[in-house]
Amino acid sequence: MLDKILFYFFAGVAVASAVLMVTRRNVVHSAIFLITALLATAGIFLQLRAEFLFIVQIILYVGGIMVLFIFVIMLVNLDVALQQIQFARQKWVALLVALALAGQVGLMFWSSRKMPGQGLPVLTAAAAEHLPANSEEVAKSLFGSYLLPFEIASVLLLVAMIGAVVMAKKRT
Amino acid sequence: MMNALQATNEFLRLYWAPLLCGMAVVAILPLIAGYIVLVERKIMADMQARLGPMRVGPHGLLQPIADAVKLLIKEDIIPDNADKLVFWLAPVLSVGAALLSLAGLAIGPAFQIAQDINIGILFVVGISAMGIFGIVLGGWASNSHYSLMGALRSSAQLVSYETAAGMALVSALLLTGTLNIKSIVEAQSKEGIWFVLLAPVAFFTYLVASIAETNRAPFDLPEAESELVAGYMTEFSGFRWSLYFLAEYTNMIVVASVATTLFLGGWLRPFASVPWLNFLDFAPPVLIMAIAAYCVLRVPKQPTRVQQLFMLAVAGLCFVTALVLAVPVVLPIIKPSVREAVAPFYAGIHGGFWFIFKVSVYIYLFMWLRFTLPRYRFDQLMRLGWHFLIPLSIINVLLVGVALIVGAYFHLQGWGLLLVTTPAAILALLAAFFILAIEKGHDARQDQTATSDFYVG
Repeated sequence: MLDKILFYFFAGVAVASAVLMVTRRNVVHSAIFLITALLATAGIFLQLRAEFLFIVQIILYVGGIMVLFIFVIMLVNLDVALQQIQFARQKWVALLVALALAGQVGLMFWSSRKMPGQGLPVLTAAAAEHLPANSEEVAKSLFGSYLLPFEIASVLLLVAMIGAVVMAKKRT
Repeated sequence: MMNALQATNEFLRLYWAPLLCGMAVVAILPLIAGYIVLVERKIMADMQARLGPMRVGPHGLLQPIADAVKLLIKEDIIPDNADKLVFWLAPVLSVGAALLSLAGLAIGPAFQIAQDINIGILFVVGISAMGIFGIVLGGWASNSHYSLMGALRSSAQLVSYETAAGMALVSALLLTGTLNIKSIVEAQSKEGIWFVLLAPVAFFTYLVASIAETNRAPFDLPEAESELVAGYMTEFSGFRWSLYFLAEYTNMIVVASVATTLFLGGWLRPFASVPWLNFLDFAPPVLIMAIAAYCVLRVPKQPTRVQQLFMLAVAGLCFVTALVLAVPVVLPIIKPSVREAVAPFYAGIHGGFWFIFKVSVYIYLFMWLRFTLPRYRFDQLMRLGWHFLIPLSIINVLLVGVALIVGAYFHLQGWGLLLVTTPAAILALLAAFFILAIEKGHDARQDQTATSDFYVG
């Protein structure tokens, strides 16, 4: 019961703030609503007993990426940005993509309705004390079963970092 | 409706103790922060050969309460062109993040609000890092140049030093192999040595980075009064301003607690595993008793009757605390059969004392540095962070890892680990200085194009 209340609360906050993020005219307000959306997602992770994902979401997205976002936004001259057209000529493409996505989701819901118990993967949550320690499990699977993808991802990030440094460096 | 009521009931039944503790912390913390401010002013006065606040109460002991009342009844000004909502939200965010991160800390083995969370130390660090939004948004919402400058400086500073602090935490966590706060302290009690000795470089890095993160002198660039009025707080007044202050002092407590837990043995007594030093158990009650005796001695010197009574009350408070601390160590001596029954009380009470004692020493170090060192320039601050601390902490992580592998190969434990970790620390320092020297030579060659930094103002 408590789980359900928490889930609907966080999900509601996430969806509402996502909508607000897109519709606000003021960029800083949009950024604040993006932060609340990310925090609500972190809350859903916590409700699913994925503590490690919860804190990684907060440290990386909220504490890292969003700080940089706001940092950049504050340097932009907002008065100029407000007068510009916020949505470019991608209206029709966006509508098409959104419709396709809605179709996919609808199809999934519809098919799951037809086969009760086989459609959506609904897991019954184990009690918290029966779960293995979360961060240790994540570490085991990252450095055990998924070592190669993990290393590839880290090399990719390293390449991106070096690329950023090279681009930011003053040309002499 | 019925279900919701039932759920609330169930929730309260499960979580009443943490809720109560949380409320207690939120209620008491402003008072503690106020007294930290008083202590800071007194220490500053002492270092500058003056008396500091003396008027309100004996030796200014009631000054924090007078300050709080003043802040509460001051006029609350919101600038006309400010973004009202964000202006309102920003200080709340700052305080909220700081208070929330306290939930993960363990003051003694018994007292922890969020008991035994698996991600322990990450929770504390991650949540307290969110306080930066309060500063950045507050600076932006004030619609003032000084505020914006302060906010920009603050976010740049925090992002740079967060990396170094994180790496310092990683090298300490390599020694424990767990994120759980209780297990971290237990690992130090098992090894019989504090991690500050095993990872001195990590402790140093964390110390510097934590000063920078809490925006305190010599790294208080975001609120440098000689350049930016009051930085991001310029437009804030009255109670909102005091919320920022509360957040700053709470953050100090948080970083001091993290350092205490990771490096200074948490709630363990110094040399907890050395039996012949067990007489140190008597140090806390004796120390507090000495303070009580000093207060009684000073009573005749107080000018008015009220102040004399107040001094006596303080002495009485110290006396009661000393008694509480003395009971668990004295009882087993009088009656050895109760030793087992008293043990958890001993761990709880004395653990709390040592934890708070270490946190206070760490905060005192902060103040000492603040009144000793002049403020850095912004480019110096950035250079120190990026050219020295971050390479140092990354190299240190690598070398601590290597040292631990070597130590495991030779089956070293406890104090024996010093044989491998000390060379690692020296190597890390040497490598970092080498990198710094290279950078310096590099900078000297292209000094003509001096970096006229945007944030320097």
